[in-house]
Amino acid sequence: MMPLRSGTDMAVLLPAGGALARPVVDARAVGFTERTFSPAVLGALLALFALAVAAAEAHGQPASAARAGILATLWKWAPLLFSGFLFNLLVSVLSMALGTVAGLALGLAQVSLLWPVRKGAGIVTQFFRNAPWLVLLFYCMFLLPFDVAVFGITVPLPAWFKAVIGLALPVMANVSEIVRGGVRSIPIAQWESAEALAFSRRQILWMVILPQSLKRMLPPWMNLYAILTMATTLISIVGIQDGMTLVRSALIAEQRTELFIPMYLMLLTWFFLYCYPIARLTMALERRFAVRA
Amino acid sequence: MADPDLFGRCMADARGALSAFEAYFKCLADIERINFSIFYDSLDRGRFLVGLWTTVKLSVICLVASVAIGVVGAWLQGSRFALTRRIVQGYIQFFRNTPPLVQLAFFYFAVGAVLPRVPDGGQMVPIVGSFGWAVIAFSFFAGAFNVEIFRAGIQAVPRATVEAAEALGYSRLRAYGHIVLPLAFRISLPALNNNLVNLIKTTTLAYAIAVPEMLYAAAQIWSEVLNVREMMNVLLVTYVALVGLLVWVMGRWERAMRIPGYSA
Repeated sequence: MMPLRSGTDMAVLLPAGGALARPVVDARAVGFTERTFSPAVLGALLALFALAVAAAEAHGQPASAARAGILATLWKWAPLLFSGFLFNLLVSVLSMALGTVAGLALGLAQVSLLWPVRKGAGIVTQFFRNAPWLVLLFYCMFLLPFDVAVFGITVPLPAWFKAVIGLALPVMANVSEIVRGGVRSIPIAQWESAEALAFSRRQILWMVILPQSLKRMLPPWMNLYAILTMATTLISIVGIQDGMTLVRSALIAEQRTELFIPMYLMLLTWFFLYCYPIARLTMALERRFAVRA
Repeated sequence: MADPDLFGRCMADARGALSAFEAYFKCLADIERINFSIFYDSLDRGRFLVGLWTTVKLSVICLVASVAIGVVGAWLQGSRFALTRRIVQGYIQFFRNTPPLVQLAFFYFAVGAVLPRVPDGGQMVPIVGSFGWAVIAFSFFAGAFNVEIFRAGIQAVPRATVEAAEALGYSRLRAYGHIVLPLAFRISLPALNNNLVNLIKTTTLAYAIAVPEMLYAAAQIWSEVLNVREMMNVLLVTYVALVGLLVWVMGRWERAMRIPGYSA
């Protein structure tokens, strides 16, 4: 048990930070963070998958020449479904890039000295943060034009790109909050001492504040990316062919009920294998960058 | 305004059958081509309100169920048995790191297809309907986050407080219910707020399995009346208002439950 350092010997509650800091201390002692990868969870998932396949094999008719076994069927579809999954990842990367650039601008507007800019950016941020992702996606899919004119040249706007924009909007709002939080988390003394050294406001922001807040913004940014990756399946609802759509098409093509659970589990496993390491890394970074008060 | 006279005449004509409010939106649709059909057409309004009610019902049921899952899960995570802790951990990681839409599809299309059907009014219906599966999927999804949130709150309760409770003869369950949880709940509230806001936004996914919630109702209306732009804006504003309402209520609650002298 760590000694209490809450300033009073009659603390009603431990400061939450203490509870979070403890694993960091443990990790330092051991040399690395414990459980960087949990084989138990992955094992359980694979066991579940095997169980589903076995149950489906037992449930359905025995494999014959005409009806291939469950695993064989999954194997047959896997390359196509995986290409759909890769498309999801592509959309996630594009949306993240677009949302981050826009969010950085919006977040900096949120810490502007001009109050109309600050207030306006705040309202925009709150609005896009509180609107459901799916509704924003619908909004962009239906209301963006089919093509846009840039400097007299008409550029077609394909559906998948509209979806990228639709997903980038909530990302932008969340990045904006992350940036604002990161900038605000830097002690005011940093601003003052930089001012004393005759830095201009822009210089302070870019050369003093942002480099320091970058490491504080990284964990929530990665967390947001994991959330976005999972949200990319939404594009299947608005009619874009992604991993989810392909799974459904494959199931319709095969017309076999016993395939349903294994095939959806396969897609779930892919997403898990992609997102879980990101989540672990985020947690590890959070601990490393934890503010030592 | 295209022509004030035209609008005035339209209003005068429409006033006979409709209230002033309805007449205004009817004329707005007829003359300005801004068609908020839900504000003057009783059929569309009925559909939209049913959708709103379904969204609210779905949100509230999932909210309560996910908090219950969070409380029970956090208690199980403090268990002496490593296996119990492992299972809870596996549940959390699985639901946190896979897309909620695929989870929903997995429950509805895959698990739902395997479950037996029961007779209801002469025909065979699935034992759990689309609304039921949406409740199950979203509750487990939000519950996985709630377990982590409550666990962080429980960790912030000093060991000495629990020991004091044990010294007074509380069992593990009673100490959890009467002492640890009330304290932990207060610490967890801000994070819980965030998650519940997310839950409300997640209920839109029920659209994918044809639960007649607000997005579904709106889509029905705009595909018939062809007023996508107007319905989209109504939808956005309504969701932002719903979330705003939740944030306001939870904020009030948070302040009311505050322990004087301790602020996180």
